[in-house]
Amino acid sequence: MNKKEEKIFTIQSSPHLKEKESIPRIMYTVVISLLPAIGASIYFFRFRAVAILITSIISCLFTEGIILLIRKKPINSLWDGSALITGILLALTLPPSLRLDLVFIGGVIAIGIGKQAFGGLGYNIFNPALVGRAFLQTAFPVAMTTWTPTIFQKIDISTFATPLGNLKFNQAIVKGTLTPLKELFWGNIGGCIGETSAIALLIGGMILLWRRCIDWRIPTGILSTLFLFTGIFWLTNPDKYASPVFHLLAGGVLLGAIFMATDMVTSPITPLGNWIYAIGIGLFIGIIRLFGGLPEGVMFSILFMNAFVPLLNQFTRPRYFGEMKK
Amino acid sequence: MWENLRKRTFRGGIHVKDYKEQTESQPIEILNPGEKVVIPLHQHFGVPAEPLVKKGDEVKVGQKIGEGKAQFSAHVHSSVSGRVKAVDYYNHLSGQFVLSVIIENDGEYTPFKENEEVRDPFSLSPQQIIEKVKEAGIVGMGGAAFPTAIKLNPPPDKPIDTIIINGCECEPFLNADNRLMIEYPEDILKGAQLIKIATGAKRIIIGIEDNKPDAIKIMEAHSKSFPFTEVIPLKTKYPQGAEKNLIFALLRRKVPAGGLPFDVGVVVQNVATAKAIWEAVSRNKPLCERVVTVTGPGILNPKNILVKIGTLAQELIDFCGGLKEDTKMIVMGGPMMGVAQWSLDVPVIKATSGIIALTSIPPDEEQPCIRCGRCSEHCPMGLVPTQLMRLTKFGKLMEADEWGILNCVECGCCEFVCPANIPLVHWIRTGKSKVSLLKKQK
Repeated sequence: MNKKEEKIFTIQSSPHLKEKESIPRIMYTVVISLLPAIGASIYFFRFRAVAILITSIISCLFTEGIILLIRKKPINSLWDGSALITGILLALTLPPSLRLDLVFIGGVIAIGIGKQAFGGLGYNIFNPALVGRAFLQTAFPVAMTTWTPTIFQKIDISTFATPLGNLKFNQAIVKGTLTPLKELFWGNIGGCIGETSAIALLIGGMILLWRRCIDWRIPTGILSTLFLFTGIFWLTNPDKYASPVFHLLAGGVLLGAIFMATDMVTSPITPLGNWIYAIGIGLFIGIIRLFGGLPEGVMFSILFMNAFVPLLNQFTRPRYFGEMKK
Repeated sequence: MWENLRKRTFRGGIHVKDYKEQTESQPIEILNPGEKVVIPLHQHFGVPAEPLVKKGDEVKVGQKIGEGKAQFSAHVHSSVSGRVKAVDYYNHLSGQFVLSVIIENDGEYTPFKENEEVRDPFSLSPQQIIEKVKEAGIVGMGGAAFPTAIKLNPPPDKPIDTIIINGCECEPFLNADNRLMIEYPEDILKGAQLIKIATGAKRIIIGIEDNKPDAIKIMEAHSKSFPFTEVIPLKTKYPQGAEKNLIFALLRRKVPAGGLPFDVGVVVQNVATAKAIWEAVSRNKPLCERVVTVTGPGILNPKNILVKIGTLAQELIDFCGGLKEDTKMIVMGGPMMGVAQWSLDVPVIKATSGIIALTSIPPDEEQPCIRCGRCSEHCPMGLVPTQLMRLTKFGKLMEADEWGILNCVECGCCEFVCPANIPLVHWIRTGKSKVSLLKKQK
């Protein structure tokens, strides 16, 4: 017999190889893809954008840390990047003039109620950043709809409005004061600090698609549905309705379609589920914008469809290989 | 022409670094076992064979020592000559202790029967071929170890038109099949002809992944002298060698869920099995040796070795210069579907294609599922692994069945790509056995 000393090896279930991929890697890829939008927000709103971003990030990390401690969860998951993303996304959806204490409250609500109350990462039903924003919108409606121009705009502050607000409340089409598409594309317009520059958001979206961090069906579904919906009305009456391209570039659609609705945790896992989810969001945005009381409807549309995700997963099981039609 | 533009493959799967360079140009070397050989009576899918020998009996090479009596079973033969030391439970690669015949090897290798050449193997009837395959105890040597005689004998209402010889070897690290194709192309092709005769098929396709250019070239050159036989290169993608995916890639036929390749008129056999069939039919040689790739970052001199069934893993590793200090894990089979071993005191069996020594272990720090959907995107069977995991966890077995849990082939793609390190395959395996049990009770 071989009298070598017996070495006991590690045993575990197969497979024994693994890709170098982790949740933090995905999360930090999302953070990188947000950098163009962050850059644009600082470029157009300078100090206000910096202050809001920092406050929101600190608030989210602080809340996450406290709750992890209370729940006796490993504190190192604070650095997995998910709370950081919530902080950035919340900040990007806030108006530049918002008081910083309100920003902080938004962060506490986003993480505390939007995420940790459901059980933390992976268990929340609603997009945490949007939960925080929805709270602020309902609790402080005036502060949340007071807009200031970018540092490059020379406009009277007292009558200043976002392109969508201008469209809805100021008869912009009749008066011919509709914001030009070029401005919408580059971002020299009023609005939430991160939503104004379409080009910055599109670059981020490209990064996410390239790194396969989002499902392409979601932005595609939302944008094409909104395009078709608003396009039909525009064709019937271009004097009353804005063009579909205007609707794609104005407001928070791109930010929502690329970064919010695509949140892995709060979107469906099945391909068909994702199509239904995306089309639903696009449709609700169109309905709210054209017929609702608010100029913008991205936030509520996404939150509303988030609620359907468990149901969508349940009923949109993909056909597996070799499955027979019943 | 289209094949050149778009290599044939299937939906899903993963691109893994193949780690094959260490052994792909190592010729097959022969290793004879030491004093002790352990031949498990359960080396195949199905019911264990029953022992035909007892302690103290003399056995010879090729002597039947275990009889597969049930329908799903296979005979077991001695790979050495010597005396039976015990018929007892012994450590098996499955991690369980399995009834095995432990033989004291006399080193003489006295054959049980003198080599009997069959004059014209190709003139045998299908029944005669199947009988010889059954008698030789041949099982699928690609890993699943399904008794081959059953595979060659499809029900009469399922006519077979195509034989696929599986030379994909899509598991990383392994080169056993690759080397067989390079060194024994004639035997494999002749075995394929016998399978064709046995099943009444019309043509033979040899599917080889395009990361084995030498094997493709040699098999192509030799296949010219056989009628209706062609080599088709396939895209290198794991699990290209999984039966249903391979059939789809080559023929665009989908084996129905729960069905077998018979259902679409196909029989798939691994190249090593084809060679074993040729030897069994032409020389009445039972299956008692095979080629094993011993490799991995923990092995000093990686090799491809022809060993007797029942040789202990320790001897193969010693033959390859031993283990490096930092070896953490020993896997029998490929790294994606193979079984981790706690000890090297475990015999090589008919389906052992490799012994791999790994120096790093995948992280086991599990995080919550963030529903990124990558598991589903890469599943070659079109399943949603995270959902199957969740349904199993919550005991919703009927629903898990509806979501197709029994179709999982345990290839491990989902777990390979999972960023949260969730042991998906482990959960699904658990779910599968629970669902099958539930279905049996009904």
